[in-house]
Amino acid sequence: MTATRTPTEPGAAKPVRRPGDRIFAGSAKGAGILILVILAGVAAFLIAEALPALSAPSDDIPGGEGLAGYVLPLVFGTLLSAVIALVVATPLAVAIALFITHYAPRRLAQGLGYVVDLLAAIPSIVYGFWGIAWLAPKLVPFYQWLEDNFGFIPLFAGPTSSTGRTMLTAGLVLAIMILPIISAISREVFLQVPTLHKEAALALGATRWEMVKMAVLPYGKSGIIGGAMLGLGRALGETMAVALVLSVSGGITFNLISSGNPSTVAANIALEFPESSGIDVNTLIASGLALFVITLAVNMLARWIVNRRADFSGAN
Amino acid sequence: MSLQTSPTSTGASADDATAGRSRRRLPQWASVAAFLAAALVAVLLELLGEFNIALVVIYTVVLGTVAAYVVSRVVEGRRKATDRLVTCLVVSAFGIAVVPLVALVWTVVGRGIERLDGEFFGSSLVGIVGEGGGAYHAIMGTLIITLLTTLISVPIGLMTAIYLVEYGRGRLKRSITFLVDVMTGIPSIVAGLFAYALFALFFGPGIRLGIMGAVALSVLMIPVVVRSAEEVLKLVPNELREAAYALGVPKWRTIVKVVIPTAIAGLGTGVTLAIARVVGETAPLLITVGITNGTNLDPFDSRMASLPVYAYYQLTQPGVPPEYAIDRAWTAALLLIMLVMGLNVVARLISRFFAPKTGR
Repeated sequence: MTATRTPTEPGAAKPVRRPGDRIFAGSAKGAGILILVILAGVAAFLIAEALPALSAPSDDIPGGEGLAGYVLPLVFGTLLSAVIALVVATPLAVAIALFITHYAPRRLAQGLGYVVDLLAAIPSIVYGFWGIAWLAPKLVPFYQWLEDNFGFIPLFAGPTSSTGRTMLTAGLVLAIMILPIISAISREVFLQVPTLHKEAALALGATRWEMVKMAVLPYGKSGIIGGAMLGLGRALGETMAVALVLSVSGGITFNLISSGNPSTVAANIALEFPESSGIDVNTLIASGLALFVITLAVNMLARWIVNRRADFSGAN
Repeated sequence: MSLQTSPTSTGASADDATAGRSRRRLPQWASVAAFLAAALVAVLLELLGEFNIALVVIYTVVLGTVAAYVVSRVVEGRRKATDRLVTCLVVSAFGIAVVPLVALVWTVVGRGIERLDGEFFGSSLVGIVGEGGGAYHAIMGTLIITLLTTLISVPIGLMTAIYLVEYGRGRLKRSITFLVDVMTGIPSIVAGLFAYALFALFFGPGIRLGIMGAVALSVLMIPVVVRSAEEVLKLVPNELREAAYALGVPKWRTIVKVVIPTAIAGLGTGVTLAIARVVGETAPLLITVGITNGTNLDPFDSRMASLPVYAYYQLTQPGVPPEYAIDRAWTAALLLIMLVMGLNVVARLISRFFAPKTGR
């Protein structure tokens, strides 16, 4: 991990401390500590502004069912959309990473990787525009087909939304948005797989897929898991695409293709905040605090998994 | 390699084990042939009904994969067939990822190109009902807010990276590295709420300022700058630092005069990509900066317009003849994509033309 040790302080001999050095080192350290302060500040200020909502009588909270009654359906919607995105995106992203690292012609591989990275560069509001105007209408016949043939599954019970702006559409847009994150991290670990492992598998007569199954995937497993969790973190906090694409009615439902959908925390804040005042603002900030805690936990876990991989990596 | 097999292979299905061990291979064009046949069948199927290019492609891929698998299974055995199947799946996965990219660019360009004219760049929305109007105020707002964000983020991010690479050690370094990683994952809307909560404590609720947006975006941009700058600074060869120390150059001058100039191309690329990441952020600006119809160039005084928020409101609250505002929204979206893609290209150019002049 720390391949480059800086050649400072050569052991016994204590270097001369010049004032310039002290100022520079101090400001560098200060900047580093500022990062910690900012992160702590995010938590502190959110809590400070959320407190009025936490202590307010439940009638004052929008919806009239208290803070938990307001936030829980949102958290449910957030988790549902993120899980859909994750289920769709993870296999695709792993396959794409495999394609770029092990299947595509060497010469093209880098360019193709750049194409996938472009997906990450597009602003989320543009995904929202595209989701409403292109994807949602195109998915309506597909949803109709799902309802006709798989209507007995509660997920596809329908009735099909005529606009296509459903939970499943939002999940699919999110899947496209997190695809480049998961595939970038998977790609990185796949490239680290020791060549000897792969050559050993091939020398034993394995086909390419068997080589991938035996050498690449086991080695990259924790990278894939970590990447998927980072993608999950992104999907949980994604705002504008969901705010635009999802047609919201509130409530908790597992029906993915009807026009009645729970909102997500982030999208709800974006939609409600500009018109809110007083206790409503505090309520929204409290829901944002919940989102912050959830994504922080997911991201910490993901980073821990990815970093553990780096420590054990025998490749270098 | 390609041993031609006779098409009448009745013995192949007799014993799977022997088939697997046998040296029979399909010719190299077999997969291509399978997909061509599948395409033909798909087109014929569609000609019977109404023609739909998307369905033709889907049928072709599905039928072609199945055909390749079945033929290979019969002739080459189970293991080879699985291998071919996976190859088909992996390639189609990449194809699936390209579809949204192409469709998105196509849609946005198609709907946004119409209003990409002088008036769009030259005028604001003051007194505009219906036709005409532009995004001058929003473009200026985005430029000002992004500039402020860069001014806040780059010094902090760069100094933190310098600390991590040149000075940092032990617990503090580890925790900063970890928290920078975690900070990368902060949802943009939470960053916006943070800036709002911060300013609301001092200026009272309902406050909207351009600088709040810059603070919110900085929370998103700093970790990106730190990460990329750290990677680049690590690449500077230690020999350069050692040479400077050997000449008695103080450490801070070594960093300023040797390390940073060597890494300047990578730093420029990293900062440009970080700007590209935040320039399209909508949610934080929506709740901290708001929107106006007029031009406000002072980030310390009341609401400002910005391109993403402008696009959002033009689409969701288009006003009475809605089509004009919706056209403006799409043009703003197109402009955003062009901005982000342009910044990406600039980043590549920087890394190409300002590459370190030291020998490798």
